[in-house]
Amino acid sequence: MDWSALSISLKLAFWTSVLLLPLGLVLGRWLAWYPPRAAAWVHSLIFLPLVLPPTVLGYYALLAIAPDAPLGMLWQSLSGRSLAFSFEALLLVSLVANLPFVVQPISNSYQALDRDIYDAGRVCGLAPWSLFWRIELPLIWPGVLSATMLTFTHTLGEFGVVLMVGGNLAGETRTLSIAIYDEVQALNMSAAGQMSLFLLLLAFSALLWMQWQNRRARRLML
Amino acid sequence: MDAALMSSGLHLSLSSSGVIPLHLQLDCAQGELLALVGPSGSGKTTLLRALAGLYPEVQGVISCAGETWLDSRRAIRRSPQQRQVGMVFQHYALFPHLTVQQNVEMALLQQPLRVRQQAAREMLARVKLSGLEERLPAQLSGGQKQRVALARALVGEPKLLLLDEPFAAVDQQTRYKLRRELAQLRHSLQLPILLVTHDLEEAQQLADQICVLHRGQALQVASPSSLMRAPATPEVAKLLGMQNLFRGELRQLDLSEKRIHLDWQGLPLQWQLTSTQHVAAIEFHRAQLQPGQALQWLAPPASIQLFRDAAAAATALNAFPAIVEESVLLGPHLSLRVRPCHAPDWPLSFYLSQNFLEQEAWQPGETLHLALHPQRLHLFLPANTVDAREITAGERPV
Repeated sequence: MDWSALSISLKLAFWTSVLLLPLGLVLGRWLAWYPPRAAAWVHSLIFLPLVLPPTVLGYYALLAIAPDAPLGMLWQSLSGRSLAFSFEALLLVSLVANLPFVVQPISNSYQALDRDIYDAGRVCGLAPWSLFWRIELPLIWPGVLSATMLTFTHTLGEFGVVLMVGGNLAGETRTLSIAIYDEVQALNMSAAGQMSLFLLLLAFSALLWMQWQNRRARRLML
Repeated sequence: MDAALMSSGLHLSLSSSGVIPLHLQLDCAQGELLALVGPSGSGKTTLLRALAGLYPEVQGVISCAGETWLDSRRAIRRSPQQRQVGMVFQHYALFPHLTVQQNVEMALLQQPLRVRQQAAREMLARVKLSGLEERLPAQLSGGQKQRVALARALVGEPKLLLLDEPFAAVDQQTRYKLRRELAQLRHSLQLPILLVTHDLEEAQQLADQICVLHRGQALQVASPSSLMRAPATPEVAKLLGMQNLFRGELRQLDLSEKRIHLDWQGLPLQWQLTSTQHVAAIEFHRAQLQPGQALQWLAPPASIQLFRDAAAAATALNAFPAIVEESVLLGPHLSLRVRPCHAPDWPLSFYLSQNFLEQEAWQPGETLHLALHPQRLHLFLPANTVDAREITAGERPV
């Protein structure tokens, strides 16, 4: 088992999920409750990473983070390091690639939330922040859970984009899925099998846990 | 406007800039229950939402309990949180993830925990829900949900209570029970109450005043009895489901005798004015009330008298024979539709109770003798709705 690759994979999945959640909440709520006039455009943009070949996404990400591109230059001036082939670059592109996984479930949950319940909270005198914590969040909880688990497991399995943007630097950008590829290339099948089984079990138990949580949440409310 | 009313009750003058039209003025005194009736899409729920601050696309003035909640010209617009409104939503909108107790406490969040626990328990006892504090809304019946919603609306000691079809989502039996409970409860509430309903019977049973809404306008505001007796316009009469609306022609005004003579398809009719307000209204419209003027009039059920034979009918005013066209038994009532012999194109419809029926049974084709009671007929003056509203407003009990 490549422990360093596992730790990078988990770190990437963790930060992707944590950083995307607030963005997903804002975007999902906005799209469900205040659909903009250009909703079709916004939806298409958010869902683009779902249908694009990871190499295409990776290609554009590479262009964006190149040392002579605005984003790359900005990062260089702020941190003194190059963005290309760094963990941060990996995280950045992972955020974009996972946007649809976090926005869709949250947006669906918001759509299913009875607006009268929200309005009842306002009439009760609940301030916006209180409304969010006490009414909205508990009621869209299944969506939040789905979004987080989908993002986490999907990031663990990400291969193409990671390879394009991160390269394959041990200890910096080599994730578990890339380590598996390397082992297979080296005909080291038992190591690849070990890591594959680990990823398989992790992904399956995460999905199973999510199903249970969702069922519990639904039972509570119906 | 009455300054005392403005400071104590609810006063609103609103127009909508949104997709749902609203253009009306209303007052509701402290302790008064004002029912809003009207067809769907007439703006009833929108008006409630505007009062609660949930419908922002309105301009005008809302003041309640001496506070200004909305004044577009002075750029005052209080948020729903700042208005202290109690509202029962159409489908109750209980918080599904919170227990009954927590639902009610939610309206008291700014109070210390102890205080709100105690107040919520007391309010739940008042609406007869003690023992159900720990249930989730999903574990309650429709009637129990409605009571939780009412408790949540009242526990914060609101300045205005808004009820949006509160009995629509429960079965008939529960509906009557909840109606009785509300009728009892409301007398202990010293605040203006607005009740949205599409059920005229419910409005008549519960309300002090009824407002007939249509396309966002208040066509008439009156006590239930004067509304049913004297709808302001033919439109109001139709919206209230009243039948027997006819056209006649003015023959003669006899104000010294408080009488108006009409011609109804060749039959002379007499209308006897019963109040000085009527006379004043007639005086007001005198210029328009020339012989030959077409007038609409209404024969309310209470105005229709039945006679056994022509001889008995001859003693009554406004008598005429008619032929039974349709007679349908509807439970304890017989629905009759008759065609007057002198005006077969203007059928009358009315109900008879079964008690009456045991003695008489009218079959299609039979001849009846009817008379229209001159004091119970209702005549629509050729006025706009505002003038007509003034007439009935004068009959409001103070």
